[in-house]
Amino acid sequence: MGILNKHGIIERNGTLLMVLSLLVVTIGGLVEIVPLFYLQNTIEDVEGMRPYTPLELAGRDIYIREGCYVCHSQMIRPIRDEVERYGHYSLAAESQYDHPFQWGSKRTGPDLARVGGRYSDAWHVAHLTDPRAVVPVSIMPTYQWMKEVPLQPDMISDVVATNAFVGTPYTQDMLDNAAADVMTQLDPDSADVDGFLARYPDANVRNFDGLEGATEMDALIAYLQVLGTMVDFSTFEPEENR
Amino acid sequence: MRHTLWAVVYGVIILAAAVATNFGRDLAYQVAAVTVILAAGILFIREVKLIGSPVPAPATGYMDNVVRYGLIATVFWGITGFTVGVWIAFTLAFPEMNLGFAYTAFGRLRPLHTSAVIFAFGGNALLMSSFYVVQRTTASRLFGGNLAWFVFWGYQLFIVLAATGYVLGATQSKEYAEPEWYVDLWLTVVWVAYLVVFMGTIYKRKEPHIYVANWFYLAFILTIAMLHIVNNLSIPVSIFGAKSVQVFSGVQDAMTQWWYGHNAVGFFLTAGFLGMMYYFVPKQAGRPVYSYKLSIVHFWALIFLYIWAGPHHLHYTALPDWAQTLGMVMSIILWMPSWGGMINGLMTLSGAWDKLRTDPILRILVVSVGFYGMSTFEGPMMAIKAVNALSHYTDWTIGHVHSGALGWNGMITFGAIYYLTPKLWKRESLYSLKLVSWHFWLATIGIVLYASSMWVTGIMEGLMWRAVDSQGFLVNSFADTVAAKFPMYVVRGTGGLLYLTGALIMAYNVRKTIVGAGAAKPVNAVPAE
Repeated sequence: MGILNKHGIIERNGTLLMVLSLLVVTIGGLVEIVPLFYLQNTIEDVEGMRPYTPLELAGRDIYIREGCYVCHSQMIRPIRDEVERYGHYSLAAESQYDHPFQWGSKRTGPDLARVGGRYSDAWHVAHLTDPRAVVPVSIMPTYQWMKEVPLQPDMISDVVATNAFVGTPYTQDMLDNAAADVMTQLDPDSADVDGFLARYPDANVRNFDGLEGATEMDALIAYLQVLGTMVDFSTFEPEENR
Repeated sequence: MRHTLWAVVYGVIILAAAVATNFGRDLAYQVAAVTVILAAGILFIREVKLIGSPVPAPATGYMDNVVRYGLIATVFWGITGFTVGVWIAFTLAFPEMNLGFAYTAFGRLRPLHTSAVIFAFGGNALLMSSFYVVQRTTASRLFGGNLAWFVFWGYQLFIVLAATGYVLGATQSKEYAEPEWYVDLWLTVVWVAYLVVFMGTIYKRKEPHIYVANWFYLAFILTIAMLHIVNNLSIPVSIFGAKSVQVFSGVQDAMTQWWYGHNAVGFFLTAGFLGMMYYFVPKQAGRPVYSYKLSIVHFWALIFLYIWAGPHHLHYTALPDWAQTLGMVMSIILWMPSWGGMINGLMTLSGAWDKLRTDPILRILVVSVGFYGMSTFEGPMMAIKAVNALSHYTDWTIGHVHSGALGWNGMITFGAIYYLTPKLWKRESLYSLKLVSWHFWLATIGIVLYASSMWVTGIMEGLMWRAVDSQGFLVNSFADTVAAKFPMYVVRGTGGLLYLTGALIMAYNVRKTIVGAGAAKPVNAVPAE
């Protein structure tokens, strides 16, 4: 193999070795990642998808902070038992506003991609407070302390603004009302409910944890209850060429 | 003058960090700022003490003190990471061990475990071994004077910032890239300094050829820089807060993450560690590398192919099919260069196989290469879509990762530590070879318990999830599978406990060797220049 004898040239030249190595390792990533920003089925919009409400987004950040993704996936594969157990397989569009994505890699607990609406708020409160009270064999940690941690609407408002900055289509109206919308979503009797529902169609408006004040428990349950519910699969039709 | 200048620099850093502490919007960020104040404070006091002292003569000879510190840090972080691992392993069997606090729940401690073993234990092993190997194979002192010290201490600061962040809830949630934006920026600075030290040493080498171990170390340093920067692109919500928002979302973010994630394995845990293999196996065996040509082919093939394998983490997801298939095919092809490396390592023992009977250090190194071969066969197999449909989301993946991490990365690091300790501290030999043997058996049995229990639970839960009865209904609820895994989780934790015990024995052995419990060797270090 004559060509291998020429390898000495690279071995004697540090710069050449560095440049060639870097070139060789860039190719795969370019081929696999760049097209995803242009292909139809990875950037398509699906009817029903809307940005998270400020409260849901705050819940998502709690989900991230507590490392829920370590044990729960949010990606239903098009495999018989998964569709039976969890519902319609996940679409790319359903995580288009997830910065970062929460597909996960492990199911120590069940998939949560479509957990929204499956259980009552009260069940979630009981389950997060003491998982073994409702599922005796559960090995999930307890999160009873979330009922005592108040939300910070100003911080949430800044997070919404940053999400808008990276491309989530929050309107100026949404941004202006972000802090107030945290409280509005928790109270069906508040003055701006109609305005809120105009901004976030079909959002759940209620006191999620049943307790006074806006707590992290409220936010997390608001997030869990919206998961997988935005797209209406009774009318959704996948395109043939997907 | 020099010291005054540095004292001023550290003073400014302390001031800036104090401002950050005051305006900090969350606890993780404030603790990070206080940590920086402490680190800069120590340096400030040190510089002030040195003001007016004469300029020392430039040091010559190999720069081994930083390697000594690195070796001790490797042992320390290894034991820390293994301990957290054993703890959270038992947490999965006995959930009361989560203790009910936010800080001690599995979701926060799991990133602490993975980062501690990969980046703290593995990272320090790579830093110290690359600093040792690049000096010995170029016959030159490390380039850049104290820059190597900056790399070492800067990296420890990165570890502390990342670890405190996880426990206090600062995370990006991207696996193995959890640290938040300010930690990422700091690591970038440290990493560039690492590249400068490494490449600078290569540039001033006295050997005409760059030794094969250094190709692998270089590819590891370069690729990790690229992966780290792209996968961590994010916008901080506030410069006074830990929280940031990723630039990419959904499927694009998923692909970028697993391009990063799989190559954290491919380059951090494989290419870098192959650099260790190419130095320490031949040294300990007293034989040259088996095949020069094989090392060329396997180097270029390995670094080219690894980058493509990421999509096998996303089989059957919303990632387009073509990307999944491409990732699968490349993963299977990757089997060949991986085994090329294994064969090159194992066959280096040609003519020296008898040493396995008498040399427990060589035995550790050989078993590590063996585990490398096993897990680089298992990996491509699990990358096949039909296999992955069963194995994905299950404990099988966890078992696979650990046969690689405990078997390959852990064992080769232990071998390198046992090789280096007497050399670095100028001792005749290790304190006790018998303890090395104990470590070897505890670790090996521990890995076997770990891997086999995870195979059993992984395949079992995969089959239980998909089981349907004659009517087409699912047979098992999810909770059924959780309950069924309990005994295997206990076995797994026990395996981890054995592995940790072995590491503790190593720490004792290393300490005894360092303090000179073995006979001291006469000092006759050969200066490099």
